[in-house]
Amino acid sequence: MGTLPEPFSGWFAARGWVPRAHQLAMLAAAEAGRSALLVAPTGGGKTLAGFLPTLVDLHRDPRPGLHTIYVSPLKALAVDIARNLLTPVAEMGLGIAVETRTGDTPANRRARQRATPPQILLTTPESLALLLSLPDAAALFAGLRSVVVDEVHALAGSKRGDQLALGLTRLSALAPRMRRVGLSATVAHPEAMAAWVAPDADPASVQLVRETGGTPPTLDVILPAGRLPWGGHMGLASMPEVYQKLRGAAVTIVFVNTRAQAELCFQALWRLNDDNLPIALHHGSLTIEQRRKVEAAMAAGKLRAVVATASLDLGIDWGAVDQVIQVAAPKGVARLLQRVGRANHRMDEASSAFLVPANRFEVIECRAAIQAVAAGEVDGEPPRPGGLDVLAQHILATACHAPFHPDALYAEVTRAAPYAALTRRDFDDTLSFVEDGGYALSAYERFRKLFRDSEGLVHPRNGHVVRQLRMNLGTIVDTPLLKVRLRSGPVLGEVEEWFASTLEAGDNFMFAGRLLRYERMEPMSVIVSPGGDGEPRVPAYGGSKMPLSTSLARRVRAILADARQWRALPEPVQEWLRLQRHASELPSRDGLLVETFPRDGRWFLVAYCFEGRLAHQTLGMLLTRRMEHRGLGPMGFLATDYVVATWSAFPPEDMADLFAEDLLGEELEEWMADSSMLRRSFRNIATIAGLLEKNHPGQEKSGRQMSMSSDLIYDVLRRHQPDHILLRATRAEAAAGLTDVGRIGTLLARIRGRITHRALDRVSPLAVPALIEEGREWVAGGVEDALLAEAEALVEEATDGAEHFTGSLGLDPTQPPPEPRSPRERRRRPPRYASRRLRQGVS
Amino acid sequence: MISAPFHLAGERLALDPAGVLFWPAQRLLAVADLHLEKGSHFAGRGQLVPPFDTRDTLARLAPLLRRYAPERIVFLGDSFHDGGGSARMQSADRTALLRLLDGRDVTWVLGNHDPVAPDALPGTALAELRLGPLTFRHEGVPDNRAGFELSGHFHPKASMTTRCGPVTRPCFLADARRLLLPAFGSYTGGLSITAPPIAALFPRGGRAFLLGRERLFSCAVGPMKHLALTRAPVEATSLS
Repeated sequence: MGTLPEPFSGWFAARGWVPRAHQLAMLAAAEAGRSALLVAPTGGGKTLAGFLPTLVDLHRDPRPGLHTIYVSPLKALAVDIARNLLTPVAEMGLGIAVETRTGDTPANRRARQRATPPQILLTTPESLALLLSLPDAAALFAGLRSVVVDEVHALAGSKRGDQLALGLTRLSALAPRMRRVGLSATVAHPEAMAAWVAPDADPASVQLVRETGGTPPTLDVILPAGRLPWGGHMGLASMPEVYQKLRGAAVTIVFVNTRAQAELCFQALWRLNDDNLPIALHHGSLTIEQRRKVEAAMAAGKLRAVVATASLDLGIDWGAVDQVIQVAAPKGVARLLQRVGRANHRMDEASSAFLVPANRFEVIECRAAIQAVAAGEVDGEPPRPGGLDVLAQHILATACHAPFHPDALYAEVTRAAPYAALTRRDFDDTLSFVEDGGYALSAYERFRKLFRDSEGLVHPRNGHVVRQLRMNLGTIVDTPLLKVRLRSGPVLGEVEEWFASTLEAGDNFMFAGRLLRYERMEPMSVIVSPGGDGEPRVPAYGGSKMPLSTSLARRVRAILADARQWRALPEPVQEWLRLQRHASELPSRDGLLVETFPRDGRWFLVAYCFEGRLAHQTLGMLLTRRMEHRGLGPMGFLATDYVVATWSAFPPEDMADLFAEDLLGEELEEWMADSSMLRRSFRNIATIAGLLEKNHPGQEKSGRQMSMSSDLIYDVLRRHQPDHILLRATRAEAAAGLTDVGRIGTLLARIRGRITHRALDRVSPLAVPALIEEGREWVAGGVEDALLAEAEALVEEATDGAEHFTGSLGLDPTQPPPEPRSPRERRRRPPRYASRRLRQGVS
Repeated sequence: MISAPFHLAGERLALDPAGVLFWPAQRLLAVADLHLEKGSHFAGRGQLVPPFDTRDTLARLAPLLRRYAPERIVFLGDSFHDGGGSARMQSADRTALLRLLDGRDVTWVLGNHDPVAPDALPGTALAELRLGPLTFRHEGVPDNRAGFELSGHFHPKASMTTRCGPVTRPCFLADARRLLLPAFGSYTGGLSITAPPIAALFPRGGRAFLLGRERLFSCAVGPMKHLALTRAPVEATSLS
């Protein structure tokens, strides 16, 4: 192992630093001209390790032109790294130009960067994709020597990662001497990460540098002083204990799992805050300015605590955080470690963290997480194959840069790990989708987006196609959001449109740590005023919850199945498990326990699968469909991280049949037709692939009339061309991620012949947390109609038939017109509210 | 499929869960807002959405024509997504449409999307059609002197709250004087019946009939005068 050259060694020495082994190893890899992946825990000086080779090379051989591109998943991170990099550059007098380029960079600077690029450019995957689509990209990148990808673990396996991986293949083609450098946190699959970084999808062509050192964190569980809750995920019962911990530490980050939970915990802590500790709130729906303010206050040591969601998982070094508290179960070990690593941020000191389980099941999950950390186990699935929607966008962007030959582009994209297994058929179908829609009915010849010249090169049809691509570039498809604005005041952040649509004047809700009263809706914003009385609501956001990881689930099952391990659990939890053993039995390590029991005139089925909420949601849909086929009259189901439960008119008996592996056959196909999750998935895919235009702020109003619902397109396409490339992409996505169909397949195979069915006469202790869970689902399609019929009948019943429709609304030309209604009656609300009141009475 | 009986101006009408209206006394079938060739319209603007919408819409219409065997068909406007739509039809789709219309008396009520008579298709194009006590027009007139009216244009949809949350469906909306038909086209979305333009037609509320697979689900709709009024100033300020 070598040493650092001057002036670098002097600069290190002046700060009392010794270069770390991995920093020297990264330098050696660069000298050898090899690509490299550094896997190290947070706080290991990773970023500097990534940049050192560039700085050393530019010091030895100063030259203008773009030398290194740094790509980060976070805009803010790019900006922050630029600042951190400027210090050593200035102190060593290296004279290297470092600039950022993100969506926020002003147009004049962007133009200047294209003409006179800096030596080091820090950017995001989206900005890089845009640069690559420009005609002058070839000239700009020709001399590029290295690309540094930060937080590889957060990008690989996501659509942004797919886009970046494709962008890297373009860079490699334009800049043949370019090395790749990846920086990653500790991951379960370092080989897969190496393949992702590799220029040819082969992990062997990347030098893997691993920094395993670091003291393991000390983890402990905090329980509420009072009764241990049976259900719930917010962890509010433990806030007094959490508050005591805040008082005892200089700076704490309180991590939670959802934005709604962040609002509630923040409120709860604020109510307990007799010492007036400076506590702040940080989550992804607050305005950027608000978040930056909190981050700056944190860095300046002005805060004692921040309640944060995943919005603080990645990002800059805060310096002096000395305690991390995770409220509610962490759901995954990798994420827990990432969060715990925010404390201290120095590898040689142990981070200290507390876990706050929100209910009994979560106590066991927290215990499982602590075991996993102690065992040095990291979870996480290997990155899934790349999305065809992202490929479609990339094909069009490539054509916008310069004409390409399909054979050459196919060879190029299959050098990216996510697309290494891409078949030529899928590539050709994606290409033909971009060209003319790829429909079985060739109706759009004259509307083609791409055309081929006599040499077979592919060109965009006109400038409109190019502009459209640039407007819609990127893989982040937002759910429609509305700004929350104080009446004649500032914007506080954003809520999802559907949440806003459920508000009525006078309703109040909690947002940005304040209590707000809804006043009215304006185009693109919700107008609120401070205050309000009554029970406030909390905005929920779709898809913000991470499901329980496979390896944590395995550990939870192991603890449940082994009574000797219960001793490590608090007494109320032990008592609960003993009760379960008495009333029913405990789920085994590898089998499946299914309980059935009658309740309220329905038959409940509870299956302890432990495959995570997403997989359970899908399983619930499939299971209820099969129950419908078997004539069991399913009425609904619910899915938690641990169980899936259904209720039906008739008792389910043949479990081997209900949980047979062919559940993923016919039932899956049927479910595809109705699933709202697949529809959402299709909407994202269609948008990324360029079939639908993204919503652009400001354009919204005119855009709405022009846009077409992706649901309508989905239905028509399914009926007329079920094997269209976008539907294939939707199915692939369902199998791999969103709906965890893959996990269900593994489960069904594992439990075959190992299902234990307990027919009970009442609910078992273990089933209680699930059955008091919120957010029940019902079976879409046929059952939706049944629900409508039920609601209609209820209104009729409650109004003694006064609301019954007899076929006439009066006013016959032969009859006098009816009397106008009394003003009081006129003010009656539309019936959906009336039936909501009824629903409360019935449920 | 169970159709719901409905009386307007003393005439017995049948509301079909597929979203069409049948008038047995006249052997007349009314269909609103087909928006044929909407897909190719979008394709012309650079969005290559699936081109199957016309055949899908016609394929859904065909069994209804077999079932009711109407002598007369009234299209309530916006039958084509734009004036050039009928000329853009694929020949197979045109053949299918001609077969559906064959031997029937066809009226094309003109809509805002298709203000001209369709190209080379049988039938008469009219701004509105009066038949007995009923008037068929594209966009309802918010005035009591409009007579007894059947109209389309707004693509009404409504939500009913059920024990598992709201369920939203396209719907018929009716009061004692008028009936608003849901849009029939495969690429037609919906506008909530509480939106100001629909509320303005039904200030005193009425009854909504949500489309189901086999039947309609009906619910009373309270007065909507306040919706039509309070929303208007907000719209106005947003324009300024």
